[in-house]
Amino acid sequence: MDLGLDVSERGGFAVLSVHGEVDVYTAPKFRERLIELVTEGKHQIVVDLEGVDFLDSTGLGVLVGGLKRLRSHDGDLLLVCTQSRILKVFEITGLTKVFSIHESVDEATGVASGATTEDRAGDSADV
Amino acid sequence: MVGEVVALEIPARAEFVALARLVVSALAATDTQLADARVDDLKIAVSEACTNAIEAHDSVDTDERVRVRCRAHDRGLEVSVEDQGPGFDPSDLPDHPPVTDPDRLKFERGLGIPLIRALVDEVEITSSGGGTAVRLLMLHAADDATD
Repeated sequence: MDLGLDVSERGGFAVLSVHGEVDVYTAPKFRERLIELVTEGKHQIVVDLEGVDFLDSTGLGVLVGGLKRLRSHDGDLLLVCTQSRILKVFEITGLTKVFSIHESVDEATGVASGATTEDRAGDSADV
Repeated sequence: MVGEVVALEIPARAEFVALARLVVSALAATDTQLADARVDDLKIAVSEACTNAIEAHDSVDTDERVRVRCRAHDRGLEVSVEDQGPGFDPSDLPDHPPVTDPDRLKFERGLGIPLIRALVDEVEITSSGGGTAVRLLMLHAADDATD
């Protein structure tokens, strides 16, 4: 089992795309990559979970740690996730209220332009 | 299939949690009365229980294996995960601050047991100084879920 971690840039955000399964075995690699990004001065990070097949509380812990680290630098960590089975673990643990969760990287990075979650929720009919 | 038992012993190492997940979810998928979403929930619960078991073994530096046992039950699928770690008091787990509290971010761990309790229908944790056994039961009808 391997974990894919790809980094790109979009609209002033570092986008970390995660592929594979995030559990106790792969989480250290994920945590290490997030910390590297912060150390490199990337303080606005989008973590794209669309390629994640499985995520348990170890993965949640990495994300919570990342958010805490970024907020200490006045930064933020946004998530992209539409998979119900992944969203469910955020919902159960109440972390949907801690993280800003978006339907696409474009939507997440659009946060920089000032759109709010409520705005976007009402924009579903827009192109 | 009722009464059939599948038992697995995994080395107490992180890389084997995926194997335990795979075996349990493959077995659960053969139960036509368990919906796919329920199988996914069980997979997460098993991952959490195995992770805790492996960390328990690590804390006492033992080479003993973690035992995972699945039994097809007339009410659903029962999975038990047993370790020989130091044990813990299930009633003494720390409460996390509310999600609206900035201190919530201080808690990167401790979400496993709450997740297990939320995802499966019945959970029984038996722990002593000789180890911990976590029994999970996923019922055929989610409507019967109680917690």
